[in-house]
Amino acid sequence: MNIFLKLSKVDRRFIYIFIALVVILPLILKPKFPVVPTKPVQDVYDYVENLPEGSKVMISIDYDAASMPEQQPFLEALLRQLFRNKLKPILVVQWQLGAPLGTTALEKIARETQAIYGVDYINLGYRPGYVAQIVGIGKEIRDYFKTDYRNIPLDSFPIMKNVHNYNDIDLLVGLEAGATYLVWIEYAGGRFKQKIALALNAVSAPDAYYFYQSKQIIGLVGGMKGAAEYEALVGKPDLAVAGMASQSYSHLVIIIFIILGNIAYFVEKSRKAKEGGK
Amino acid sequence: MLKGKGIPVFITFIVGTIMIFSFFIPHKPFGDLEKISLNWYSIIAGFTMLLGVDSLIGMHYRKITRRTGNWGYSIVLIAGFTGTVVIGIIETIRLGTAFNEASYFTYIYNYFIVPLQSTMFSLLAFFIASAAYRAFRARNFDATLLLITAIIVMLGRVPLGEQISPNLPKFTEWIMQVPQMAAKRGIGLGISLGALGVSIRILLGIERSYLS
Amino acid sequence: MKKIFFFILSISLFILIFSQEKPILTFLGEDTPDSIVKNFTIDASDIPNDGGGGIELKWDSPEILKDWFISIIRIDEDGKRVLLTTDIPILSKQVRDVNSEEEPDRVIDSKGYNYWGILSKKFITEELLQILLDTFDFKEGLYSFNDDTFFVLSKTQMVYSKASWFNFLRLAVLISLIIISLTFLYYLNLAKKGKDLYIRKINGLDAVEEAVGRSTEMGKPIMYILGIGYVTDIPTIAGLTILGRVAKKVAEYETKILVPSYDPVVMTTAQEVVKEAFTEAGRPDLYNKNDIMYITQDQFGYAAGVDGMMMREKPGAIFLQGLFFAESLILAETGHSIGAIQISGTTETAQLPFFVAACDYTLIGEEMMAASVYLQKEPMMLGSIAAEDFLKVIIMSILVLGFLLSFLGSGLKIEFFKNLFDILYQALQV
Repeated sequence: MNIFLKLSKVDRRFIYIFIALVVILPLILKPKFPVVPTKPVQDVYDYVENLPEGSKVMISIDYDAASMPEQQPFLEALLRQLFRNKLKPILVVQWQLGAPLGTTALEKIARETQAIYGVDYINLGYRPGYVAQIVGIGKEIRDYFKTDYRNIPLDSFPIMKNVHNYNDIDLLVGLEAGATYLVWIEYAGGRFKQKIALALNAVSAPDAYYFYQSKQIIGLVGGMKGAAEYEALVGKPDLAVAGMASQSYSHLVIIIFIILGNIAYFVEKSRKAKEGGK
Repeated sequence: MLKGKGIPVFITFIVGTIMIFSFFIPHKPFGDLEKISLNWYSIIAGFTMLLGVDSLIGMHYRKITRRTGNWGYSIVLIAGFTGTVVIGIIETIRLGTAFNEASYFTYIYNYFIVPLQSTMFSLLAFFIASAAYRAFRARNFDATLLLITAIIVMLGRVPLGEQISPNLPKFTEWIMQVPQMAAKRGIGLGISLGALGVSIRILLGIERSYLS
Repeated sequence: MKKIFFFILSISLFILIFSQEKPILTFLGEDTPDSIVKNFTIDASDIPNDGGGGIELKWDSPEILKDWFISIIRIDEDGKRVLLTTDIPILSKQVRDVNSEEEPDRVIDSKGYNYWGILSKKFITEELLQILLDTFDFKEGLYSFNDDTFFVLSKTQMVYSKASWFNFLRLAVLISLIIISLTFLYYLNLAKKGKDLYIRKINGLDAVEEAVGRSTEMGKPIMYILGIGYVTDIPTIAGLTILGRVAKKVAEYETKILVPSYDPVVMTTAQEVVKEAFTEAGRPDLYNKNDIMYITQDQFGYAAGVDGMMMREKPGAIFLQGLFFAESLILAETGHSIGAIQISGTTETAQLPFFVAACDYTLIGEEMMAASVYLQKEPMMLGSIAAEDFLKVIIMSILVLGFLLSFLGSGLKIEFFKNLFDILYQALQV
């Protein structure tokens, strides 16, 4: 009995150690977990698969290093799929500190697939003032992005030849760590009827179900789990799939702690009831 | 008539009303007002950054000169701040952009900012565990229901759930899309109306506590 | 000898230049083997409901033309030619010609424009493009150039772009605006006349006094966190209004309030709000500008900074009121670990569970918006809350109506109700 009472007052650091262990150990031991895609993720994948060759896909980097484990694997998987299907990514950055992350992934996958800069893909970089910019791209992208991220004029790149506004972009994929996606949905989606797919951090993904349900976005990739599903769909399991074991076990540990906490709670309650009865 | 708080309230009312009308009028000059005001805000916000820097550096400078508790950290902060700014400027001059792969600024980003941000965010995993442990107690019927749902969703959102039963992720998806959504939409509706109320109170000058 | 050599060289150069086939543009006639191409037309019109400077070009895309490309050249009333677009797939069905601050060649209002469309199976070469833009005499029909054929469509009628004075797509919003305004006016008037209006109890706000009081008794400061919103965000504004009330209590209890900020504009506003509250409470001498400080505009840097401050200063009461994202629990758990009374509030529904788990009181969304009304309880302010409630009733009625119509229409498949539902759905589209 006593042990349960102790448990109800367990030091939080004890819980932290357990969580650390179940996160780190699977990353080292790498047990295999099968990943089955859910519908919101499958919807994004299918939509991209069905885009005709040469379609332009705008990718917005709206996250920074903190969300790297959740967003970076999806970005890489998506880029692999785009280059494989001869679709043309146009990268824009709304979170300044995310710029190097977007560039790194784009260059890495482009090298792998031998895509040519300016022809098969382009990186427009970061510009301040995202609301004005998202509204502005509805009219002319050059009003905000006169040059790419290395200050080379847009018109010197073949990929940008007929790209002026949302009409010329077949899909917008937002990788989101905050609430920037609301502006994409409100202006790009609402006002200019742009098709939007979103990848959100697990912590904010439930919020975006609104828009998925009302078909304001075509699909939703939530957190590292979503990224793992996407990696599986693209056929190249990578970091997110590897992280699934850690995530599974840590959820399990939290559940075990919750159950233990409840047992302790009931033991304590019944003891108090007995004492009260005396 | 227009004295003290009257002037800012009057300005708020006029500007707010014009902005509302401009939403319906695409014709010049109304159509561009939203864009212009957003641009103005960006410019003003850029300058206020100086105020922020002044506040931050000022506070830590005072800590150092007065030798208040933990003043050593303040030295680290000021050194880090000036170091990053100086390296950013030097690299911009040297390489054209501070974000060049070869620049030391990128080095700072990759090896200081990335790990620091990741560390802070990953603390969330630990905090969620301890908060969940404390909060999820089957105190009454509602709490028990919440507890059971939480466990189902936690299992259903990871591949482990798929292994227990293929129906578990499907059920989780249903929980997310139906009961979760219903509650959220209700709260969301209230929030939108609340925001509307705040806006109207400010526009009409009933709410003035944000003014000085 | 030298002269002969130069003579031979010139002759051979001459032959070399002229023997090269010069690309020739040939008119092959108005007939075309493909009658569908012949019937293909572009429809040009002003973009409705815009601020001017925009023309929309639309066309149907028959299946037979799915591999074709279209290029469009614009000719203005002065005869100036500008390339609008080249080689876009027919499947895209439309293109917009809009003005831009950066490029003077774009559409301007009240100037007439014609458009020529060119259909081709291959991309148009730079060489041909130059001819089309410089010397080409536009005439409908089939042409060949360097073995490639292309088809010039008949030119569109002259179009003018113009700005609209009302955006009819937003009619539904205007009607709602009128309904909302009338509701508010009615209830504000009612409040002015002295009608007693009710606001329900909000525990979190009743606890403000207790939190400030207990913190003062323990000799600890109070910490007020406005989150990572900007002053343009409504939750941040709501947070600032609550700050005013809390700061007044703080001044009355003669204790200290710390406000670490994420945004310099929010910081400056918070300084003014606190200063005003201290003055109102008759203690301007207690106000210290440096207690409201800027931390950083990096989400987790901010969380780290505020957490550190909590651990050092050990505030007795922590208010988390504003816009919070992933840092919410990092702040709230740290606050809990130092044993502070925590009163939180945010409109971010994803963060609410975290706050509920880690804080003593949580203002859920609209409670936070109503907080300043609750704390002040002025009749006019209460009137605005009553108006909000009435609007909620209207929205709920529409929801129920929509549910019933869709159940009868799509569920029981009664055509009449389905049509009614579609009308309702269309009317509410923005």
